[in-house]
Amino acid sequence: MIELDDVAYSYGGAELFAQVSLSLAPGSFHFLTGPSGAGKTTLLKLCYGELQAIAGDVRLFGAPARTLTRDQIALVRRKVGVVHQDCQFLDHLSVIENIALPLTVSGQDVDLANLQDLISWVGLGSQAEQLPPQLSGGERQRAALARAIIMSPDVIIADEPTGNVDWEMSQRLLTLLIELNRMGKAVLIATHDLNLIRAAKSQVGTRVLRLTDRRLQQAGADL
Amino acid sequence: MRALFRQFLWRFIGGAQADRSVPPTGFTAQLTVFAAAAMAFLAVFALALSLATSRLADRWSEELARTSTLRISAPADQADAQVRAAIGVLETTPGVASARALTAQEQQALLTPWFGPDLPLETLSIPKLIEIIEEGSGYDATGLRARLQAEVPGAVLDDHTSWRAPLVKAAGRLRSLAWVSIVLIAATTAAMVTLAAQAALAANAQVIRVMRLVGAQDSYIAWAFIRRFTSRAFAGALMGSLAGMLGVFFLPSTDVAGGFLTGIGFQGVHWLWPLAIPPLAACVAFFATRAAALRRLKEQS
Ligand SMILES: Nc1ncnc2c1ncn2[C@@H]1O[C@H](COP(=O)(O)OP(=O)(O)OP(=O)(O)O)[C@@H](O)[C@H]1O
Ligand SMILES: [Mg+2]
Repeated sequence: MIELDDVAYSYGGAELFAQVSLSLAPGSFHFLTGPSGAGKTTLLKLCYGELQAIAGDVRLFGAPARTLTRDQIALVRRKVGVVHQDCQFLDHLSVIENIALPLTVSGQDVDLANLQDLISWVGLGSQAEQLPPQLSGGERQRAALARAIIMSPDVIIADEPTGNVDWEMSQRLLTLLIELNRMGKAVLIATHDLNLIRAAKSQVGTRVLRLTDRRLQQAGADL
Repeated sequence: MRALFRQFLWRFIGGAQADRSVPPTGFTAQLTVFAAAAMAFLAVFALALSLATSRLADRWSEELARTSTLRISAPADQADAQVRAAIGVLETTPGVASARALTAQEQQALLTPWFGPDLPLETLSIPKLIEIIEEGSGYDATGLRARLQAEVPGAVLDDHTSWRAPLVKAAGRLRSLAWVSIVLIAATTAAMVTLAAQAALAANAQVIRVMRLVGAQDSYIAWAFIRRFTSRAFAGALMGSLAGMLGVFFLPSTDVAGGFLTGIGFQGVHWLWPLAIPPLAACVAFFATRAAALRRLKEQS
């Protein structure tokens, strides 16, 4: 569904990475690791059309990313649920409204019962009416995950989704992601959390990719 | 077309949620409402001026075009004969509906405002006046003058054209000025809404970014702003128009001036005209905001 072929990117200076190839097929489960600043977040942005590669081909649901209009990219984003590293909420809307935002902007009806289920599932039942700035870091990440999956997207991309949550909560989030993966969704998670990767490996077939020295490599068996 | 209209209506009414996506902007909101109200207020007066001058121009050209006067200056013993001869000529002139000599009392009445009621008319050699009422597209003044010159030497035809023309022209010019004012007011409204919308769009760059990240298309984001500014302009213009109409309604009546001056004001169905101002302001705001939003969304990508 999302394919990167020999892709390179740079923010104007030297290339951040090059010759990166990656294919997210239905039902696949990928981890992306690498040192801070290696370009993990940047690579994810290429996958949902926020950035355009300077070399190579990115194909989003069959269409070359370069040829997509802004409105077509918007349609792509309805099929790709993203948990951003910095969450990206509308701070004047309540948590529940933020979680429902992908439905609202695509003109779909909001099923309140479903929404409530999802919110209590990520453990935010009592914070639903609060504003995002009033949440803790971990609560924000859980809200971001709820928003990412509310459209039941084909692909789920999560940037450090467990950066601020305790072990128990990160296990719960992982279980949710694995469940979604079993339903056929492609999952791509960027993380530093090796324990999370190990926990996932014991439950589902995953591929671990490592972005380091400007290249994307299959991680060794040490994980 | 119908589907388009329905979609338009849906976007407009059903978009409460989209409006919430953009945070309220108290100050620009109030400014837009105020500016629209002020502009609508001015537009009401420009409209009143335009309609009043139209009425004036119509009346002048209408009334004055239908009548003219034949003046006969002749020695007292020939006067009556010349009047009869003139009427004879006029009655056979195509385009003249009727011709009638004014009676002594009528002439007296005409002169009273200037000389008082006690004027001894019979002792003065005052020209005899014949009132001509025209029909159809009127008579051929040059041809009539030539015939009169031959048959009634003392006759002078005054067809009012000479002093009517500048009046009608002045009224017409005033009307064009009023319309130019209305166009300028509309353009100013567009400019102000554009500025306010640009400010709101710039202040909400991050909101636009987040909406895009969750899959909002340009039209959806644009509509959130369009709805807001269009409804503000409409509300403001409605207040301004009503205030302007009240102002016009309570203008002192000018009918005492003998009905010659039709005052600045609305008459009859013309009162409906200022009601067109709020929808027009909404239209202007719609297109101004749409242009500003689409431009901004194109830049911020
Ligand atoms: N908008 C930008 N303009 C210029 N440089 C940028 C921009 N965004 C990121 N960078 C640079 O690109 C590099 C990679 O950033 P990126 O966020 O992709 O790293 P990362 O691997 O996600 O790091 P972390 O693990 O800390 O999240 C960094 O050196 C960063 O400074
Ligand atoms: Mg990052």
